[in-house]
Amino acid sequence: MIEFRSVRKQYDDGTVAVQELSLTVPAGTVTVLVGPSGCGKTTLLRMVNRMIEPSSGAVLLDGGDVRDSEPARLRRGIGYVIQQAGLFPHRTVRDNVATVPRLFGHGRREARRRAEGLLERVGLPSEIGKRYPAQLSGGQQQRVGVARALAADPPVLLMDEPFSAVDPVVREGLQDELLRLQGELGKTVLFVTHDIDEAVKLGENVAVLRQGGYLAQYAPPEQLLAEPADDFVTSFVGRDRGYRRLSFVDSSGLRAGSVDTVRIGDTSADVPSQAGWVLVLDTHDRPRGWLPPEATIHGQLTEDQLIAGGSLHTGGAPLRGALDAALSSPSGLGVVVDEDGVYLGVVTARQVLEILESGRHPAVSEGAFR
Amino acid sequence: MISEIAAWLLDPAHWTGGEGVLRQSWLHLLYCVFAVCAAAVIAIPLGLYIGHTGRGSVLVVAFGNAVRALPTLGLVTGLAMLYQGSAALAALVVLAFPAVLSGTYAGVNAVPADAVDAARGMGMSSAQRLWQVELPNALPLLMGGVRNAMLQVMATTAIAAYVGLGGLGKLLIEGQAIRHYDQMASAAILIALLAVLVDLVLAGLTRLLVPRGVMLVVAETGAGPRGRREQR
Repeated sequence: MIEFRSVRKQYDDGTVAVQELSLTVPAGTVTVLVGPSGCGKTTLLRMVNRMIEPSSGAVLLDGGDVRDSEPARLRRGIGYVIQQAGLFPHRTVRDNVATVPRLFGHGRREARRRAEGLLERVGLPSEIGKRYPAQLSGGQQQRVGVARALAADPPVLLMDEPFSAVDPVVREGLQDELLRLQGELGKTVLFVTHDIDEAVKLGENVAVLRQGGYLAQYAPPEQLLAEPADDFVTSFVGRDRGYRRLSFVDSSGLRAGSVDTVRIGDTSADVPSQAGWVLVLDTHDRPRGWLPPEATIHGQLTEDQLIAGGSLHTGGAPLRGALDAALSSPSGLGVVVDEDGVYLGVVTARQVLEILESGRHPAVSEGAFR
Repeated sequence: MISEIAAWLLDPAHWTGGEGVLRQSWLHLLYCVFAVCAAAVIAIPLGLYIGHTGRGSVLVVAFGNAVRALPTLGLVTGLAMLYQGSAALAALVVLAFPAVLSGTYAGVNAVPADAVDAARGMGMSSAQRLWQVELPNALPLLMGGVRNAMLQVMATTAIAAYVGLGGLGKLLIEGQAIRHYDQMASAAILIALLAVLVDLVLAGLTRLLVPRGVMLVVAETGAGPRGRREQR
């Protein structure tokens, strides 16, 4: 558990980075500090491992004041991941990851063995361990950065905009990876970002900070989106907050319908009468694309005759995915699949909206009419 | 003229003996290596300290420029007159100093800030940061400074022959005194050749010392010693 007790940071030139701020980060959860630049989020994070000392107030780690520990010793027990990964250019990937175990006095062999296990854990092939940071992509470097922070198995992980410098697709992969890792490891993670989407996706609790170092709201993400505390939070969480909130709405009430399907390799004789859109599956029943109404097939059905499908909704995942699947599908029918990507059925945007309507609290909708 | 130089260089009598090319080349080399090593012994630790702590970086620039502005010949003769001929060696050390110092300082300064931040954040002590992160990554620019210093000292040692220091400069000056232009030209060529050879050796040493991972960064960004030197 990390506890900020009325911490305040004022620099010598008079600028105040953090105002009397109190915040508790529960153990074993991901807590995100989010806000525009100059809101003091990084300052707050760096107070935990004493990279920055507060002007007043105290930071407690599992009940003990961090000032009671000698900085280097304190930091070795806390994982630290930064924006550009900060890998050591002169060391191989494996030796980068082995750094902290070596600082703890482990032998080279033991530290390297450990490093190799960790690379695997963050989803990197083991042969990458012999390469140098300059030979890796940005996303790979970040994974190594995470592996390095985890190498000594610290209970607390500080992450300072770790995924901001990579492109959106890679970033999403890294976020999913972090959630998966967190599911296995259950660390106490303090994560800093300026990206509200990232905050909402990763955080079990999100602290929104306002310029000048004020805490604007501290709440679980669904509450942040549903009930922003003030105008600042409202504008910061953005216009799409209604849509984004769907990420937290359960889709179990959604009943998938059916649609005509054919398989790749089928001939025109197998294709049903072409009244509407037909979904095309591969031999493992995974969706490949759509055939438009009235389409004619010459010989066997091949991939290049298809219209690309939209996003897929995994059954049981939040409603956002279902709505997106429907909206992005050329037929207007969102394809629902199971965890293995096997076709289950289709849903429409209307069905999603109906679930939302029926789920609304009666008092709220009545109140709106009064 | 070319045939005269060739004839001078090919005459075995010019190569051997106390005043011969071999002995003078050896002396020349010895002075230069001594001067650069002596300078490095002080300049590298000082440069590391300034780069690591950030204290006194103004000193590096001011000192570097001051020494660069000194008239080389004046410094050499001045010291030689005040003390003895061998005091010219001290002048060579002074000349080598700023190049090594600024190379070392620039090297530490050029170490990626995020790597240093990460080192601090993962719990390295100040000394561990310096030895394990800053020094290995500073090596390309540090060695660039040493090579700069060596070239400068190579050239200046030739002038130091004016005050009685041996070396290939001695052959050059003698040649001028007795108007043996073939000897002068030959000595000049030999000095240049020696300088190139020594620089090649230092380039090889750089390859050996600089970690492979750092070489890769240098190759990728062109931020090696040469790249930096051109920017100045």
